[in-house]
Amino acid sequence: MNNQSMNPIAGRQLRSKTSLRQSIRHSLTMAYRGLLKIRRTPEQLFDVTLQPIIFTLMFTYIFGGAISGDVQSYLPIIIPGILVQTVITTSVVTGVQLREDMDKGVFDRFKSLPIARIAPLAGALLADTIRYTIATVLTFSMGYVMGYRPEGGLGYVALAALIVIVCSWAISWIFAFFGVIARTASSVQGISMIVLFPLTFLSNAFVPADTLPNWLQWFSKINPISHLVTAVRDLTNSGTAGWDLGISLIGAAVIVAIFAPITVRAYMRRT
Amino acid sequence: MKQMNGTERRAASGEWAVEARGLVKKFGNNRAVDGVDLNVRAGTIYGVLGPNGAGKTTTIRMLATLLRADEGTTRIFGYDVAKDPNIVRQLIGVTGQYASVDESLSATENLVIFSRLLGLSRAESKRKAAELLEEFSLTEAAKRPLKNFSGGMRRRLDLAASLIAQPPLIFLDEPTTGLDPRTRNQMWDTIRRLVKTGSTVVLTTQYLQEADELADRVAVIDRGRVVAEGTVDELKASIGTSSLHLSIQNTQDLQNARRTVERILQVQSAVSPEGGKITAPMADADKVTDLLIALREAGIPLAEMSVQKPTLDEVFLTITGHGVQEDEAETSQKAEEVGA
Repeated sequence: MNNQSMNPIAGRQLRSKTSLRQSIRHSLTMAYRGLLKIRRTPEQLFDVTLQPIIFTLMFTYIFGGAISGDVQSYLPIIIPGILVQTVITTSVVTGVQLREDMDKGVFDRFKSLPIARIAPLAGALLADTIRYTIATVLTFSMGYVMGYRPEGGLGYVALAALIVIVCSWAISWIFAFFGVIARTASSVQGISMIVLFPLTFLSNAFVPADTLPNWLQWFSKINPISHLVTAVRDLTNSGTAGWDLGISLIGAAVIVAIFAPITVRAYMRRT
Repeated sequence: MKQMNGTERRAASGEWAVEARGLVKKFGNNRAVDGVDLNVRAGTIYGVLGPNGAGKTTTIRMLATLLRADEGTTRIFGYDVAKDPNIVRQLIGVTGQYASVDESLSATENLVIFSRLLGLSRAESKRKAAELLEEFSLTEAAKRPLKNFSGGMRRRLDLAASLIAQPPLIFLDEPTTGLDPRTRNQMWDTIRRLVKTGSTVVLTTQYLQEADELADRVAVIDRGRVVAEGTVDELKASIGTSSLHLSIQNTQDLQNARRTVERILQVQSAVSPEGGKITAPMADADKVTDLLIALREAGIPLAEMSVQKPTLDEVFLTITGHGVQEDEAETSQKAEEVGA
């Protein structure tokens, strides 16, 4: 600058880039904001509290006898299935809420602050992991109440829960992308459900895949949801980690690698 | 027009807070901003004046890195908005037209989060929040959720949030729209105080009075173009003369009186919409004597007569060729006539 003594911006430490550490810090602050919002409006937790309870009860007693002979022997199959389905469905809300949030004036301020561009998105997504955690804990608790005793033990159940939460977080980037590009919150809900319903039901979440017709078996086997469900079953029921776990985690990483950048790009372009 | 642009000085030693050249923003086929130039000297209040939909907000959003310009360049304290957006964001504070604060959180929580994002520690953030709430007399409402805030409180909080990092340049998009007169005056005082501490303020407004009260210089924007630029006094001087206001007693005399005014003063006159009031530019005070005599001879009794200095309202009307609400297609033509 030309005139240092008159310069109102002299003496300011100006950074042209945000470092990784700052980006993480900004994202955590935004996540803190998300948590505060949940605390202020606890009614938005209805879906993650009621859905696990109702779905677990419903599906277990409806399908239990038909698929496994009795409810008790169906539990090891259905609980991981319901868990994955419920938690991933919950991640749709992330996109819907992001859309609503972005329409508010406060996002303009976030955009005008010298913070990492990814922070408002990453923070919102991070705060939502609390929702996944609630859904996960409730599903396992429901299962326990109904007599589910996973043979893998508590440690593996916790690990399985963690993996479901991580994968749902990754998947929520997809819905965040819809959230950023869609015009209204209800259209985000619509698009996401159309994607999600076939994915969760055309898998091995509720029935053993070998009861399906051939073409559907083929789809159910490549369906990433199936891999995640199998990984969770392996961990909770036998305490083993197989290739399915690897595929699930790699899949999650790939989703984040693709959707995080395009979501941030779309978010930047969106005004 | 020409002479007003001529007042734009680019003093070599001058410190420019904002230098924008040829900004263009298109939304579909609509050129919302169509070649805007702005120069704002550091430490001043600059008013961007125009009716709804003139392109004020779009312009501000481009200056504040919120919107990418289709054409043109902007420098903020010498830093290019397109090339160094992150540096520019460290130099500006933006207060949007719609409160850019979090509705579901409390005032303190809002300020703490913004402070944390700006790199303050937890303790510093709390202190800063308390300090700003005190300064903007929001301490009592600090813990309440914003849903229960009045419009004025929300705006004050919004402005407080823009001041956390003490940015040298502050953008205010219609800071007083929707405020009652008392709160508006408070907001004006706050803005004046800001400039005393060395900040530069760029504000948009559709209230001519506001620009008159606050701004050192004003750019009048209409349909995405700057149609006039200068100090408030220069703008007023550009339409030259004071104006003569005549109220007549019997409205049926109106047309007759108007003809007399136009014949004697040799100017175009206007009739107020409420009726009964004729307004005409008064270039030569002597002629008013002739006019008064002529009116008496014609038997038209006057109710009231006054002379007024030009208001920015009239400046606006003259420059854009249409009222703030009106929408006619003759703008650019009239604007040129003013400059000639």
